[in-house]
Amino acid sequence: MSDTTHTGPVLAADGTPLKRSLRRALRAQKLRALALIAPLLIFVLLTFIAPIADMLFRSVENQIVGRTLPMTVEELRDWDGEGTPADSVYRALYFDLFLAAEGKEHTKLGSRLNYEESGISSMFRTTGRDVDNIGKVYQKAIEKVNPAFGEGAFWYDMMSGGQGAEGNETLLSNQIGRLEGLESKTFKGDIGFVPGAEIYKILPNATRAYTAFAAFTVFMDEDVVAEEDPWEAVYPALLLDLREPATMAALAGYQGPGAQELRDLAAQADTLPPVDLKAALVESNEDWLRTEYWEVIKTYSPPYTTGYFLNAIDMEKTTDGIALRADDERIYGILFKRTMFMSMVITFSCIALGYPVAWIMSNLPARSANLLMILVLLPFWTSLLVRTSAWKIMLQQQGVINDVLVWLGLVADESRLVMINNQFGTIVAMTHILLPFMILPMYSVMQTIPQTYLRAAKSLGANNWTAFWRVYFPQSVPGIGAGSILVFILAIGYYITPEIVGGTTGTFISNRIAYHISTSLNWGLGAALGSILLAVVMVLYYAYDKIVGIDNVKLG
Amino acid sequence: MANTGNNDAFVAFERVQKSYDGETLVVKDLNLSLPKGEFLTMLGPSGSGKTTCLMMLAGFETATHGEIKLDGISINNIPPHKRGIGMVFQNYALFPHMTIAENLSFPLEVRKIGKSDREAKVKRALEMVEMGAFGGRRPAQLSGGQQQRVALARALVFEPELVLMDEPLGALDKQLREKMQFEITHLAHELGITTVYVTHDQTEALTMSDRVAVFNDGRIQQLAPPDELYESPQNSFVAQFIGENNTLAGTVQEIKDGLALVKLDNGDVIDATPVNVEKAGDRTLISIRPERVEFNRDRLSPDAHTLKAEVAEFIYMGDIFRTRLKVAGRDDFIIKTRNAPDQRRLKPGEMIEIGWLAEDCRALDAT
Ligand SMILES: Nc1ncnc2c1ncn2[C@@H]1O[C@H](COP(=O)(O)OP(=O)(O)OP(=O)(O)O)[C@@H](O)[C@H]1O
Ligand SMILES: [Mg+2]
Repeated sequence: MSDTTHTGPVLAADGTPLKRSLRRALRAQKLRALALIAPLLIFVLLTFIAPIADMLFRSVENQIVGRTLPMTVEELRDWDGEGTPADSVYRALYFDLFLAAEGKEHTKLGSRLNYEESGISSMFRTTGRDVDNIGKVYQKAIEKVNPAFGEGAFWYDMMSGGQGAEGNETLLSNQIGRLEGLESKTFKGDIGFVPGAEIYKILPNATRAYTAFAAFTVFMDEDVVAEEDPWEAVYPALLLDLREPATMAALAGYQGPGAQELRDLAAQADTLPPVDLKAALVESNEDWLRTEYWEVIKTYSPPYTTGYFLNAIDMEKTTDGIALRADDERIYGILFKRTMFMSMVITFSCIALGYPVAWIMSNLPARSANLLMILVLLPFWTSLLVRTSAWKIMLQQQGVINDVLVWLGLVADESRLVMINNQFGTIVAMTHILLPFMILPMYSVMQTIPQTYLRAAKSLGANNWTAFWRVYFPQSVPGIGAGSILVFILAIGYYITPEIVGGTTGTFISNRIAYHISTSLNWGLGAALGSILLAVVMVLYYAYDKIVGIDNVKLG
Repeated sequence: MANTGNNDAFVAFERVQKSYDGETLVVKDLNLSLPKGEFLTMLGPSGSGKTTCLMMLAGFETATHGEIKLDGISINNIPPHKRGIGMVFQNYALFPHMTIAENLSFPLEVRKIGKSDREAKVKRALEMVEMGAFGGRRPAQLSGGQQQRVALARALVFEPELVLMDEPLGALDKQLREKMQFEITHLAHELGITTVYVTHDQTEALTMSDRVAVFNDGRIQQLAPPDELYESPQNSFVAQFIGENNTLAGTVQEIKDGLALVKLDNGDVIDATPVNVEKAGDRTLISIRPERVEFNRDRLSPDAHTLKAEVAEFIYMGDIFRTRLKVAGRDDFIIKTRNAPDQRRLKPGEMIEIGWLAEDCRALDAT
């Protein structure tokens, strides 16, 4: 018997290894357990884990620059950060901006970049309005030479290279992809247009611009490409192509639709206005010459950025690397410190006020303890807003407490105490609101400490204080720990109360987060601040675990 | 009772009363005194006020009336921590956040005893209860019996003259309990400590104590050494509470020459020693221990009254035989006989005659 157990695995009655048959027996049990917790699991996943993951993602996500200005970002890569970028950058910017302006996405990019450098958003807005007119100059000039260039059908034939011509699917899907990035959507289906492979080789800019137009027409305007006149951007693109020295030669051998018209137009290219898109953009808004704006665009062109986090700790990216912001621009460091400090003060006030109450409750007979418990829980039955507003009424300068103090003659009428809209107000109101979260865990721990310990200590010769301090208090520490963690973590993320009674000096980091989420709409910064808050809480939790031991915490 | 009011009593309760709610008296007129070095046990049914008495002595409850004296001094107004009384609690009350050594060191620390002295005393106390190797453990890491020893050591480590123990062995199994009973009495006598011990286990009380105070209904029913308690119970409560006992109800017919003639309810007449019956016509319960009943007519005096009995059940118990009889209209009359070579084994259905010596049969109060 003992021999077999030494030589091989233990076998079940039917000869299968015992471990495996045990696992099989347990699997059904596990599955059933999983099915039971599945609703909660899904709920938590959807409402808790997913938003946190989203927040963490948003705090570094920065795809908007690359998606709105893909070609510009590409061209900008070679810029050394001195002066203004090359003409090719402006050219790319024009075509990027044109598509973005058609989709009305350029303002979003403007607001995003405005977080980093104010003024950028108006630059994008004005130029976005002008891109049509910039193109129109060339359109008019070209149509004057040959009105056929004003016709949608003509363009359609020319750009598709005619019936049966070889198409360039790559270009098509690239342009659709560009539109998808811009609009953050996915577009599927045939657009009824494929750019000709040959014409693309001869007129790359025009074909690209037209293909973008085609995709936009189908997916955004839901029209038919062949029936629509192309948008303005294709004209400067066409002229750019025609100005290329090699284009003439390439056109000479071209047989596709519109070949003759193109050759004619190319012959007269010199009489058409020069395509200086840089000048046009600068004329629309001089700020396009500003180096620091281009720096911002370049700095924030990668899809992920540490910019929000740097911002959240009062730092910024400059051309010399990462640096602390100027003194008067630093706010988040102060806010974080203040939040931590005030949460600690609130936690300690809760311990000081709650401990005696929990002690009394745990020593009273059940009936009176229940009554006290109801009193402790009473605040939960009133709306948070009402309670906070009540504190406002109590503490304000014309409020109840000041009135009483003045009436008692303790405070002169002229020098009423300022107790609200500052840190004091926030601490008082939040201590009151969070007190039950301290009392309940302390009470539940104290309830389990029998009175006989105190009696034993006294019988051993300890006076009341020593018996309490050496024997009772250490055993109640788990309750204090649990209450403190609860109160501190709740306090550190509290929002409504500091918002109402905090004024300017008593607000928390959470108020700033809320501001970025709902007012300034700088979600990335809000998310970065939130992530830092989350990290701080987790670090504190870890430290607590190391110092006190988390198994020393009892919640019930 | 002879010691009541004794001037050289070490502990004395004088006319002590206690009420928790102001309506009912939990302890009614308690008078009790014990000399130094005595091991006294308070024995009684649940709710009879034993713990209350102990708590009053320890100082955790105040007497509603009367005086408690320690070494001749009233301690009514002395707080518990100044009384210097060692105490062992029913659930031991070892401090869970301290090691065993720290637990024992605690009473010495609060008495401001130096560190080296403290360590020596702790070590000695732990060795005394054979727990020397466990100083570094937490209470939760000990078995019930071990915790019990530690609790004992802690109550003794600061060398109190009086130690109180409230059902200290209640949570232990039978074997361990018997071992600990012996160890506690042994230690108490060796150290010369005065001990007040509370239990509701009568065997424990009888085997351990110098004297036993039987409590019922807030009063001491009898205070006597164990043998006296067993053999001469003063009233029917004590008779029934201590040991096995047969009772028969009847009426006293006459009392003469220290002998009472009792007429049982079925008309039979029997001899008994009057204990707390006074005159003819009193209702009484007569009490007779099972091992003092005789069914061999030859061993009884010729003029002794006897009762007719029918054997209902014979139980062989090894060293003794236990026989249940139907007597005087009741069927729960027990007799015990020693398993000796000449002993007759009764058979169910057999008719016998039973009797006893008058001094073994006590006529007690009828309540
Ligand atoms: N703190 C208290 N408040 C009110 N009544 C109490 C209190 N403690 C005890 N009593 C009552 O006093 C009576 C005597 O209680 P006590 O604890 O002295 O009994 P006991 O003899 O120790 O019983 P047990 O053998 O069950 O421990 C009981 O009726 C009990 O209900
Ligand atoms: Mg008790």
